Amino acid sequence: MKIGAGLGRGLGTGLGRRAVLAGMGGLAAAGAAGFPSIVRAQSKSLKVGVYGGYFKNSFDKHIFPDFTKATGIAVEAVAEPTGEAWLIQLEQAARARQAPADVSMMSQVAMLKGMAAELWQPLDLAKMPNAAKVKPALINKYADGRVSGIGAVSWYITLVTNTKAYPQAPESWAALWDPANKDKLGLLALVANSFLLDVTAATFFGGPKHLDTEQGQLDCFRKLAEMKGNVKLWYRDEAQFEAALKSGEIPMGQYYHDVTGLAAADGHPVRSTFPKEGGILDSGSWAVSKASKAGDLAHVFIDYMSQPQVQALLSRKVGTAPTIDRSATDLTDKEFAAVSSDLAPIIPRYDLYLSKADWLNQKWTEMIVG
Amino acid sequence: MIRRAPRSLGEHAPILFPALMLIVFFVIPFGLMIAVSVARRIPGGFYEPDFVFANYERFLTAFFGGVLSFSLELAALVAVVAVGIGFPFTYRLARLPRAAQVRWLVFLLSILSLSEVIIGFAWSTLLSRTAGITNLLVAVGLMAEPQSLSPSFGALLAGMVYQAFPYTVLVLYPALARLDPALVEASRTLGASPAKAFFTVVVPSQRNTIVATLIMAFVFALGSYLLPQLLGRPQHWTLSVLITDQAIYQSNMPFAAAMAVFLVLVSLALVGLALLAGRKEEA
Repeated sequence: MKIGAGLGRGLGTGLGRRAVLAGMGGLAAAGAAGFPSIVRAQSKSLKVGVYGGYFKNSFDKHIFPDFTKATGIAVEAVAEPTGEAWLIQLEQAARARQAPADVSMMSQVAMLKGMAAELWQPLDLAKMPNAAKVKPALINKYADGRVSGIGAVSWYITLVTNTKAYPQAPESWAALWDPANKDKLGLLALVANSFLLDVTAATFFGGPKHLDTEQGQLDCFRKLAEMKGNVKLWYRDEAQFEAALKSGEIPMGQYYHDVTGLAAADGHPVRSTFPKEGGILDSGSWAVSKASKAGDLAHVFIDYMSQPQVQALLSRKVGTAPTIDRSATDLTDKEFAAVSSDLAPIIPRYDLYLSKADWLNQKWTEMIVG
Repeated sequence: MIRRAPRSLGEHAPILFPALMLIVFFVIPFGLMIAVSVARRIPGGFYEPDFVFANYERFLTAFFGGVLSFSLELAALVAVVAVGIGFPFTYRLARLPRAAQVRWLVFLLSILSLSEVIIGFAWSTLLSRTAGITNLLVAVGLMAEPQSLSPSFGALLAGMVYQAFPYTVLVLYPALARLDPALVEASRTLGASPAKAFFTVVVPSQRNTIVATLIMAFVFALGSYLLPQLLGRPQHWTLSVLITDQAIYQSNMPFAAAMAVFLVLVSLALVGLALLAGRKEEA
């Protein structure tokens, strides 16, 4: 899952500097929009949850204003924390028939867990001609075929390095196991957001099939335990690793390709590399809480977001990969290469993170804590 | 002041409000937590009301036992170090001129306004290789090259003591400010050195205050879940960190609640033991 880049996100306390700035930006935008749109906002408005930090800032700046202009629906952006933390808040709120956000961008594991609890309103593809063109693999469906979510954006988690500490980019995920990198890595702290089991299977055991059996999963855990000594930081909070990567304090690790690209564009000495085994491809889906009363507006929003030109805009401004076929967009080869890769990606075994969630979590915690 | 026990409803009235607050903000939430802790977990989903002990069973393993005992030891160490520094500090503070005391207390109170996030990030920067204090040591020639001191146990301890310190001083201050200077003067007149007077007269006379402060710092440190993540390595993650993981990231509320109930019971038991031991010694 994708975590926003604000301070303390997912950690419960504190309001990040970025979140505050984003909030102020929102206020300024509301002021600039003038009085008529405020009146309109009262009649037609939609609460949209997106990951806080860079992500929400980019949406606020480049995406939502155009949407409001095009449809007359005001967007109230909600900065959401880590996928599953937000899932729990949505679920608790839905029990009280409240919807902190009408539409939310959900990571795949959270999406599946929400489906298990029937948290998402079924969506009608007939009302959304553009959304119907989203790649079939990125349309979430209930067992009985009802649509529960539509692919919003895809993103890659790749091998990132500080260019000053590593003049040469690493080529393989195996670099994480290199004894020369002792105490130099920053990795995601949770089994279901680091996807390191999938990485291990792809790098050392020939691919995702190896995770089919419990024996195979244990093999991967044992292999992962070998590189524990290389890890300086197991992070739950993006901001913590991002700062350390930029300064070179923790010069290597796994991180989001989009945010790393934005940081590099800002002049920071960081790079994102697609290892030869492939980057980890994860995606977020738009899902509508069953407690929301704005289902119709949500359909309009999801359809708008699935348009080729909006998907291309997201690639250019937010750095995410499109969820529709690339040929439908006007992205150039260079622009597409900046957000994606021709190498076959590592696609996480979401089924596993759902069906064996507690067991995997327990083994994982014992592996890194023990 | 009335010295006899209150009899009529009117005499009880002053405690009605705090009692109500205690029920609303402690008893009811804790009751809810116990109810959730015996609920049935639906894997991959949420939970359903039930009466099962599976969540407690899962906790009773060597792994969680290890994490629990580390958490207790860490909290105890933080309490001892914070009081160990805080007591002599407060003793000196209480003997400063009034204006200086006020300045110190305002400074300490201002530390309380910092959130755990800020304290954690500040300490990790302070102890980092790229921007930390070792750069100063290199500059004055005491060290060959800058080193990273965080994450480590030392960093975690430093951060947690820093956070607990203002509380210990503020709890110790009233008692030490009221300490009769004649006690120390008398022992000095009888030939005790300042150090001897401090350890044989001041410290024993404040025993109850010290025990109370230790307990407060201990309980305070036990709840810390952010600093272990920011300043410690995984082996330094406390039970509170794992509770957060279960509650926020694994959507496993029943297990998180069971661990939290266990943590509350163990800390209540330890505090009870400490008080009991203190009372026996007094008798």
